[in-house]
Amino acid sequence: MENKGLNKVDLIFEKIEPKEVLIKAFKMSSAEIIQNILDSGLKGRGGAGFPTGLKWKYTAAEKSSEKYIVCNADEGEPGTFKDREILERVSDKVHGGMAIAGKAIGAKMGIVYLRGEYRYMLLKLMIELDSFHKMIKEIGYDFNIEYRMGSGAYICGEESALFESIEGKRGEPRNKPPYPTVSGVFDKPTSINNVETLVTAMMIIQHGAKNFTQYGTKDSRGSKVFSVSGDTPTPGIFELELGMSVQQFVNVFGDGDTKAVQVGGASGFCVPRKKFAETIIGFEGVPTGGSMMLFNSSRSMYNVLHNYLDFFTEESCGQCTPCRVGCQQLLKGVEKVKKGEAKPTYLNELMKLADSMKIAAKCGLGQSVGNAFKSIVGNFREEIIY
Amino acid sequence: MINLLINDQKVSVQAGTTVLAAAKKLKINIPTLCNHDDLCVAGNCRVCIVEQKGARTLIASCATPASEGMDIHTNTLKVRNARKHIVELLLSEHRADCTKCYKNQNCELQSLANEFAFGDHIFLDLVEDHKYNIDRSSPSFIKDDSKCIRCQRCVRTCSELQYISAIAVSNKGAQMKISSFNNRPMSHVVCTNCGQCVNRCPTGALVEKTYIDQVWDAIYDPDKHVVVQTAPAVRVALGEDLGYDPGERVTGKMVNALRQLGFSSVLDTDFTADLTIMEEGTELLVRLKKALVDGDKKVSLPMFTSCSPGWIKFIEHKYPEFLPNLSTCKSPQQMFGVLAKTYYAKKRNIDPSKIVSVSIMPCTAKKFEADRPEMRASGFKDVDFVLTTRELAVMIKQAGLDFRNLEEAKYDSIMGDSTGAGVIFGATGGVMEAALRTAYEIVTGREVPFGNLNITPVRGMDGVKEATVKIEGCVDAWKFLEGAELKVAIAHGLVNANKIMKLVREGKAPYHFIEIMACPGGCIGGGGQPIPTNMQIRKNRMKAIYAEDEHMVLRKSHENPEVIAIYKEFLEKPNSHKSHELLHTHYIERDNY
Ligand SMILES: Cc1cc2nc3c(=O)[nH]c(=O)nc-3n(C[C@H](O)[C@H](O)[C@H](O)COP(=O)(O)O)c2cc1C
Ligand code: SF4
Ligand code: SF4
Ligand code: SF4
Ligand code: SF4
Ligand code: FES
Repeated sequence: MENKGLNKVDLIFEKIEPKEVLIKAFKMSSAEIIQNILDSGLKGRGGAGFPTGLKWKYTAAEKSSEKYIVCNADEGEPGTFKDREILERVSDKVHGGMAIAGKAIGAKMGIVYLRGEYRYMLLKLMIELDSFHKMIKEIGYDFNIEYRMGSGAYICGEESALFESIEGKRGEPRNKPPYPTVSGVFDKPTSINNVETLVTAMMIIQHGAKNFTQYGTKDSRGSKVFSVSGDTPTPGIFELELGMSVQQFVNVFGDGDTKAVQVGGASGFCVPRKKFAETIIGFEGVPTGGSMMLFNSSRSMYNVLHNYLDFFTEESCGQCTPCRVGCQQLLKGVEKVKKGEAKPTYLNELMKLADSMKIAAKCGLGQSVGNAFKSIVGNFREEIIY
Repeated sequence: MINLLINDQKVSVQAGTTVLAAAKKLKINIPTLCNHDDLCVAGNCRVCIVEQKGARTLIASCATPASEGMDIHTNTLKVRNARKHIVELLLSEHRADCTKCYKNQNCELQSLANEFAFGDHIFLDLVEDHKYNIDRSSPSFIKDDSKCIRCQRCVRTCSELQYISAIAVSNKGAQMKISSFNNRPMSHVVCTNCGQCVNRCPTGALVEKTYIDQVWDAIYDPDKHVVVQTAPAVRVALGEDLGYDPGERVTGKMVNALRQLGFSSVLDTDFTADLTIMEEGTELLVRLKKALVDGDKKVSLPMFTSCSPGWIKFIEHKYPEFLPNLSTCKSPQQMFGVLAKTYYAKKRNIDPSKIVSVSIMPCTAKKFEADRPEMRASGFKDVDFVLTTRELAVMIKQAGLDFRNLEEAKYDSIMGDSTGAGVIFGATGGVMEAALRTAYEIVTGREVPFGNLNITPVRGMDGVKEATVKIEGCVDAWKFLEGAELKVAIAHGLVNANKIMKLVREGKAPYHFIEIMACPGGCIGGGGQPIPTNMQIRKNRMKAIYAEDEHMVLRKSHENPEVIAIYKEFLEKPNSHKSHELLHTHYIERDNY
């Protein structure tokens, strides 16, 4: 496997002149923009990692007079705070990325869905949005952005639940297909992209796809902003080239006693020390929307797991059986095993249940509960039982 | 056409067909729970999952359109394991005391449990972790959250079909549940008691309030004279709960069965349906005369029918400013009730306080209606107990009757005669057709100008129907209507009622007379009808209703001999003082929150 080692990068927060990049972008055809993004190999930074160029291509191919770019700024994954930082420092690049995406897919409307807790930024963002609107008008381009506030539910970060929420309905994921590219917000073709994805796309237009592909690996191109937390002397936001191993990451960010790293937040995977060296952070190994949480040997992995299960049991939208009831069963199950009220072998039944949830739940939330459950129970079984 | 493989068999379907429907075409059965033919797709129970070759996850067959080249397997190890898990998960949240449950043996969850989850359960019992609520406040149904599997059929029913949204999803995660508005008791929310949600609930979470034991007690009370009336739509649906296919008419056997159950007199709501036509038809003609001849600007037109208590409650909550447009006629059930304890009692020389009046209805809203304070004009509660079609089937089973081999019997007399016009009240458009058959003849002295009296434009399943009848050749008394075009409209299902009412509110409804039934298809699709009810089944029942009409000798309400007799002996004439006292009423404005 390719291993690029740990390298800091300054792309996302790099100061640029957005106007120049936009003038350059608006001179390109839709197909040219999409080709650039396809060539760059950029994959979505919100967690699911869908190739951004393809998403734009599909949305561009839809015939509709009304299309939308939605910027997913719901950032609800526990341990993730990189989108907040991006919006605070370079909102002009977020708006710019949306306008470029709009040009690519043929949308005149953009909506930013902002996490409820980030309301404190709204005033500043509105001022910045005003000057952005003025600026693109000067260039002679027609694109309008609106902000919508999130409701505080984790599930509203899931794209179709997010659309429901924007439409004023209860935030419940929809059935797919149809996919957002065909029928998204207000049932119109929609490209929904994470905050960081949009900024990265803008930087690809700025520097060129070729430049971008120098960073990262075949499966994980470019760099990414990481939110580092937990047992680390240096918590915070770091932009790193993709393609390092967990070991290399721990060498820099660990406190010398790291026993596990939770990559990708509650819905991600727990990597135990013995697998640090062999595990690449990226789509070829463990993918992450940015959250990196380190645990040292003082932590009880039972507590860690219990926290996650508590979180999912509460944050599931509750509509589908595998997730609503499955989460409760996993939670109550590990509690019973811990208390000695259920046999340790009951964990085997729960592992099978986690497998069923992965393939039978309706949306990404229920489908990913098993990630943390299986990787923690699988690697730290004794800590769960005793 | 789209070609796909299901369990290695080829099938071609139209674009937009779900994998579930494609499988059905091959007679491959995939279990379902949240899916219902009348409702939009939910895809939330996940019982219908199947494996699609190449897909990362299993797919919900009810929610996934078939696509070209799909390779589907419905019974792989993965599918079986996940499906068993899902059924067991549902059971772990569920208070499965089946032997106490009204839906025992008629429950979709129970059937799935039988197939997939017999033996020891895998998972922990979660029932005690939930604080489940049982709401008995509605006069029509009980909502027991401990039996709810959160399939949201009721939620979709109430919003998509009935435009009410009395119940909705609240909370999330483990606390997610189906709540009434603001968690108020069902008796204190905007709910029409239509029971459409009850009819679609796959479990015992929503069931009608039953009065079976009370009716048995009355039957066995030697002091009581128990009369029973049967609504038109019951006779074309009851069979379904007793092993017949949808659309079988079992009128004669039903009458015999009721007699064998021990009712003192088996009578027919169709009789008061005919009577309703006399009263309501006259009321319409009087309103038209006041408007057209006397130039009275205060006359409320269009006039609305008033025989569907779900619709009455709807207008009371949602469009109270149009209450004066409602016909003042009580519903046939309530006309029957009041006459049973007055006219009938007198003729049979029975002390009305000893009469127990029972009605068999396709409807749960009728339970509420019978309880209304307006419905005591006889000096007693006019209708004592309302049973649904389903409850009657239960009584027949309890009594151990061999229904299939019962002889056909006839209704008793005094309020047992009926015409085809009374029968068709059970289907959407039926009241309109019956009214036109009579009103046209009163005005012109001739039969309605439609072949074999079948007024086809007002029939069928379109949500909103309209028709225009040109009135020509009037008799002297009605000359002022000469050449007039009577414009009528019909809606069934409250979502369609709302469409018409919006037009009326905006002043864009050019109609004189509007028939509205709360339930899809009219009473044949009532909330108290056998489960399942869906479009195909409603169509079969509708066909049976019109067949019943065609088989009647008399097909116009004004020709019903007992109707003629009651006017002669008791009521004098339609809209007489006595009629007003007993057969007419007014309704009240209610909050709309
Ligand atoms: C439960 C759940 C929560 C999610 N929350 C977020 C979020 O907060 N921000 C985000 O960008 N994507 C989130 N996603 C992923 C989105 O559904 C979607 O894939 C993403 O916004 C697409 O953008 P991208 O392709 O740029 O990553 C979430 C997904 C799930 C299943
Ligand atoms: S998986 Fe969970 S969050 Fe997603 S639809 Fe099902 S219950 Fe809702
Ligand atoms: S709802 Fe069904 S499974 Fe539940 S107790 Fe009633 S019959 Fe049994
Ligand atoms: S009875 Fe009718 S109005 Fe009331 S909750 Fe059920 S569907 Fe809605
Ligand atoms: S009450 Fe019945 S129909 Fe409604 S969600 Fe519960 S089980 Fe489904
Ligand atoms: S029947 Fe398909 S998900 Fe419920």
